Parts: sequence; C-alpha cells; structure tokens
Amino acid sequence: MGTSLSITASMGSAELLELPWHLPLEKWPKETVAALPKGISRHTVRFVHLGPHIVAIKETTQALAVREYDMLRKLGRLDVPCVEPVAIISGRIDSQGEPLPAALVTRHLRFSLPYRALYSQTLRPDTARRLADALAALLVRLHIVGFFWGDVSLSNTLFRRDAGAFAAYLVDAETGELMPGSLSDGQRENDLEIARVNVAGELLDLQAGGRLDEDIDPLEISESILLSYRALWDEVTGWESFDQSERWRIAQRVQRLNDLGFDIENLSISSDESGSSLTIQPKVVDAGHHTRRLLRLTGIDAGENQARRLLNDLDAFRAFHYPQEEVDEEVIAHEWLSQVYDKVMKAIPKEFRGKLEPAEIFHQWLEHRGMKSREEDRDVGFKESVASYMENVLAHRRDEAMVTGPPTEAFTLPNPTVDVNWRDRI
Amino acid sequence: MASVTFDKASRIYPGTTAPAVDALDLRVEDGEFLVLVGPSGCGKSTSLRMLAGLEEIDDGRILIGDRDVTDVAPKDRDIAMVFQNYALYPHMTVAENMGFALKIAGVSKEDRATRVQDAARLLDLEPYLDRKPKALSGGQRQRVAMGRAIVREPQVFLMDEPLSNLDAKLRVQTRTQIASLQRRLGVTTVYVTHDQTEALTMGDRIAVLKDGVLQQVGTPRDLYETPANAFVAGFIGSPAMNLFDADVVEGGVQFGTATALVDRKTLAGATGSKVTVGIRPEDLTVSATGKGIQATVDLVEELGADGYLYANTEINGESIEVVVRVDGRNHPVAGDKIALLPVEHHMHVFDTVSGVRLTQGAISAGS
Repeated sequence: MGTSLSITASMGSAELLELPWHLPLEKWPKETVAALPKGISRHTVRFVHLGPHIVAIKETTQALAVREYDMLRKLGRLDVPCVEPVAIISGRIDSQGEPLPAALVTRHLRFSLPYRALYSQTLRPDTARRLADALAALLVRLHIVGFFWGDVSLSNTLFRRDAGAFAAYLVDAETGELMPGSLSDGQRENDLEIARVNVAGELLDLQAGGRLDEDIDPLEISESILLSYRALWDEVTGWESFDQSERWRIAQRVQRLNDLGFDIENLSISSDESGSSLTIQPKVVDAGHHTRRLLRLTGIDAGENQARRLLNDLDAFRAFHYPQEEVDEEVIAHEWLSQVYDKVMKAIPKEFRGKLEPAEIFHQWLEHRGMKSREEDRDVGFKESVASYMENVLAHRRDEAMVTGPPTEAFTLPNPTVDVNWRDRI
Repeated sequence: MASVTFDKASRIYPGTTAPAVDALDLRVEDGEFLVLVGPSGCGKSTSLRMLAGLEEIDDGRILIGDRDVTDVAPKDRDIAMVFQNYALYPHMTVAENMGFALKIAGVSKEDRATRVQDAARLLDLEPYLDRKPKALSGGQRQRVAMGRAIVREPQVFLMDEPLSNLDAKLRVQTRTQIASLQRRLGVTTVYVTHDQTEALTMGDRIAVLKDGVLQQVGTPRDLYETPANAFVAGFIGSPAMNLFDADVVEGGVQFGTATALVDRKTLAGATGSKVTVGIRPEDLTVSATGKGIQATVDLVEELGADGYLYANTEINGESIEVVVRVDGRNHPVAGDKIALLPVEHHMHVFDTVSGVRLTQGAISAGS
C-alpha cells in the first residue's frame, strides 16, 4: 500500500479506492471480478463490480491511459457512440514497493454485447450481416467527426440491439487519432482496409473454433462492411448536380439523410456560371436525427432505429385517432405515451427489466403483435398481445443488461493432443 | 526492396501557417535502417504517415524506388506498418495467424506455406507453427506480430514508436530483435522514435527533425562528433552536451576565469561578440589550478568506474547546470566549490544567432 496512488476520475467514486490496486490485475480475487473476457488481449482486462455498476479495467502504460481517457471524453462530447471513461489509476505499487502498470477504468455500457455473446452455437448469416452493417455505420460516424480509428475490429466494438438491427459502440480508442479538420481519403481507406482484414480474421477464428455457420464466407462479410460504408458515406457526404428546375431534389436529399438518421447542419449549394445547374453537398451532418426527435417529443432516450420505430408507431397512432384534424404533435406524443408506451412499460414484470432495454421491448412487442395478428388472421388487442409477448417471448430471453462475455468455461478449447500439421490448415 | 525519397515534401495542417513538415528532402537507401528522431511535435510521425499515405502531401513528392506514390492509396504502396496492433487469434495456429492476411489476399496455399515458414525460421518460431498462441510467451507473441508484416514481403517497413508501450526489459529485448531482424531481412526500414539512445543504437543513419525541419541526417557517429547545429548537439548524446554562450576573446573564448583556445578560422564565422560553446561531459575536467568556470557541486551520480557530476554555475547572469564525467570513486562531493576546464580541441563552437556549427571537422574521442 503506498501513498503514491493517484486516481483521476470524471466522477466521485469512493468504491474505486476500495479496489485492490496493490495487486496485479490478473491476481484480483474472484469476489471483485465480475467476469473474464475471452480471447487474447494485448493488455490485461478485467470486468469488476463497482457499487451497483460494472466497469472494465485495463492495465496499460500511464501515457496510453491518459491519452485514451482524453480521447474517449472528446469522442463522447462529439456525440460519437463509445464507452465512457471513468478513471485513470496511476502510481500503483505492490506490497514489495515495486511499481505496477497504470490502469484505465471505463464504464460498462448497459445492454451492450460483445460480438461473441451474440450466438450460442454458431454465428448465423443474418446476425453476421447486421454486425457488419453496424460497424460500417459506426465507421462513418467516426470519420465524419475526423476520428481515425486504426484498430477497427469486432473485438474493439460493443453492440446494442436497435429495433432488430445493431448499434455499434467503440470500445478501444488506443490507436485512434482525432485529426484537425476532415480525414483524408488515404486515412479513411486505411481504416477500411484494417477493418476488412481484422473482421475477416475474427470470423476465420470463429470458423477455426467451429463457431461460424457454414453458409458464411468470412471474406464476403468483411467486404460487405466496405460496401455498406461506401454507400452510406456517399449519401452523407457526396455531391450531386442537377438542373435548377429540379430544386425539389434538395428536399429529397435532406429527407434521404433524415431517413438514414442524419440531420444536415450545413448544406452547400452552388450554381454554375450560367445558373442553370445546381450542385449540393452536405457539409456538416449530425447523426441521431430520430433519437433527438423522440427525445424532444417524449423524453424517451433510445437508439436511432428504436426511435424511428417508436416514432412510426406514434405516427400510426395519430393517423388512427386523428385522421382529419390538425393536432399539435406534442399533444399526440403525450397521448401516445400515456395510452400506449407507458402501459406496455407498466406491464413488464419487475424481474424482466434486466432482459432488454425498454425501447427494444416496445419494438419487440410491436413485432409480436403484428406477427400474431397475421398468424391468427385477426386484430390481436392490446392487453392480449402484451400478455402474450411477456409470457411467450420476453420470459424466455436471457438478461442482457450486464453481459460481459460468455462464461469462459463454455468456450475453452483444449489444446489438441493430436499432432496438427500446420500446412494442412494454413 | 527499394529506396525511399522525400522530395521536398511538405504537410501544412488546415488552419495553420507553420508547416508540420517543411520541404523534407531525404533519401533512404535500399536496405537501410533509417531512424527519424526528434522531440514531440517535430514532425517525425507526420513524415512517416506521409510515406504511409495517411497524410496528404501539400507540396513535393514521395517516391518508393522510382515510383511516385504521392497520390497512391496506402494499401497499394507495398509498405507494411509493423506493430500496428496485430491481434492474435486464439483458435488459429501460429502459422494461420501469420498467414491469414495472405489467404484473404488470394495468395496460393503453397506460397503461403513457403512465406510463413521462411518468416518463422527468421523469427525462431518454426517449432511453434502448429501451436495455438496461448502456448507462446509474450516475446514470442510479439514475434508472431512481426511475422505478419514480414510475410507480406513489402518494399519498406514502417515503425512508429513500436517500443513505447513496452516495459523497460521487453523494450531492450525487442529493440535488439528488430535490429538483428532487419539486418537479416535487408528490407528498407523507416523507424520513428523520440528516444535518442534508441536512435543511436539502432539506426544505420539518423535524421533529426525539429519544428518540421530536417536538422541533420547522418550516421550516429556523424551526429555525435559533428553536430550541424546547437540543437542537434544538445539532442544527441546522454547525458546531454553542455551548451552555453561565451565571449570571444583574443585567441579563443572566455571560459570562466580562463581562456579556452579556439581556432581563429572558427571564430571568424561568428556573428557578434559571443559564440555558443558545446562541451560533452567527458570533455570537461576539474581544474587543479582553480582557473576556469567556477561552479558548486550539487550531486554526483556514481555508476561504478565512472560517475556524472552535476554542478551549478552562473554564466551571463543566468544560473545553469553543468554535467561532468568524473572517476566513479575519486571525485568532489556535493557542496564543493570547483573550477572546470575543457579538454583542448574538444569544444564545439556554434554561432549564437543561427546555431550553425562553426568548428571545422569532427570531434572524436581519439583526437
């Protein structure tokens, strides 16, 4: 125990002081550690209970810890989906007075899942594709704010369910750099190439462990990230020209971007010398269009897709109850909340609250009601569909509030006692 | 294998006026290990990124061999950035880990096997090719990471402070491994570090940068014995060279209460009545006569046969610290008042205004 221990924290946490910092992380007692992550990390990482929360603790050098902490804070302020830094621990010494590495503490993202927790037997094609899309969308958002990631991979990402799709969150900012101004094409292409190689490697590794569905081609999935990225990037930053009589295309572009979840803060419009043709290009875009709109109208904080889904239901509610009248959208929102959303929330048994995020539960209930109505060829009522969803669907789902990784035991492969000829497998 | 040329290459970040890299003119020979070194913010990492295709070039060109790669995408430049956080995949063998990037690039199975085996032989990893990474030590895992870069058979290796997040012991071990590996492979390597000791021990040649400008490029010996300016003189060598301003007098410079002889030709190039004098700790002696720079001993660092004496003195109204190499056992102690004299002809003289070297010729231990 030494007086040299130094804790830099973004929020007060007395519990931080009580952790056994004088022990190397890999020797921390079982009672403190929540779970061990799977796989080989460059650094020692442990998930640890901190009061009611779980935090991730990574041993690293002082310089890297400080750098990553600052980077995560900057990214958070830029509204980029990433984990939240909690503290830097430095000046650690062990019982012999020998120095121990510094540590970076980050908050565990509730309801987030590492990709290895997204399958029980094998990773299925639709899950793999959705992971790829989520990673591509995250990359676009990072590149838009001028962040060059460097170590793009599934392992450095956490995923949250987002109305059937996934929303990706950056976990490891160690190799990242925030550039002044926008990224060069070379920098973006480099991140894409790193993503392509790393994700292919991760999927090949799953394949080597017998955890990848036969129908999945690792290379195809990793390349789909590039296709997804390029399409989205073009839509969000590309310029288009058209005749000045077709000015409706401006509104159409804004609408397409809104649909993709982006608000345009700055759209550059220029015309050629004759004034007969116009060129538009989005200059500053903000992701989270639907999240913001939902938050403003209802106070519900949800992922982008979830928000879009809930807003669609809100629109359907208005169309049903007020087909002809002009009603203030805030009034509609208030009614929808009390008559629909809150009622579903109240129906969730307390013990099920750790299974899924509220907005995700709402989305799943909507899906369930729709499916049940189609199967039984009738309009399944509110009470009935809610009860049916809770009993038949939600009850059987595992808790996803605090998933830190699959239990190590379930995935350990024994070292082969039979000789492997490396040439057969290369 | 190829040479690398920075042809007056510049990088100016938008919104700034001073270039991060200012018209860098540097040629790395085929097979050479060149170290880019300098303090934080000097432009060394930016230069490396320009070579990698990760920074825009605002002026000038970059060539790899005879090929102008200024506008070529990073993955088409045939370079490999080593130690860029290669992951080790737990379910794949060491061989698969080293070769999978080739696999996804469509290289044939035979070629993959050959390249992987060649790299494994160089890295002393042949007995581990069929094992899983779990079975390897930390140092061996590091070598597998190197192997991934080697099997790509690039024309140039780029390394950006690869040892900075290793502990001291692993740093020295890996440093030696990298240097010997590069010698065996003979691949042109550009290596960035802020640590001048690392630069001196690893590089065939060293390029020192400051504020985006190349200060000097040469062999470690060149830089140590013939620093081109006061900055390089103070940067290369540890403990650092003592540097201070001295008045020009008849036949030399004022050295405390003594006169230190300096060649007339050297002094002729000076601007003004003062010059900057540089003298390495091993080229200062404690004066027996009491003449010379008057100083008070702060402490002596004993390192066995040798020691480093730290003393403070006042020159031109400023308090400065001087470092002197002394005998490890027989030396003045803290609090002692001493006088210091330079070893004849071992003083470097620089122009006080421009910092440029005025002394003709090299200053080496034997001279």
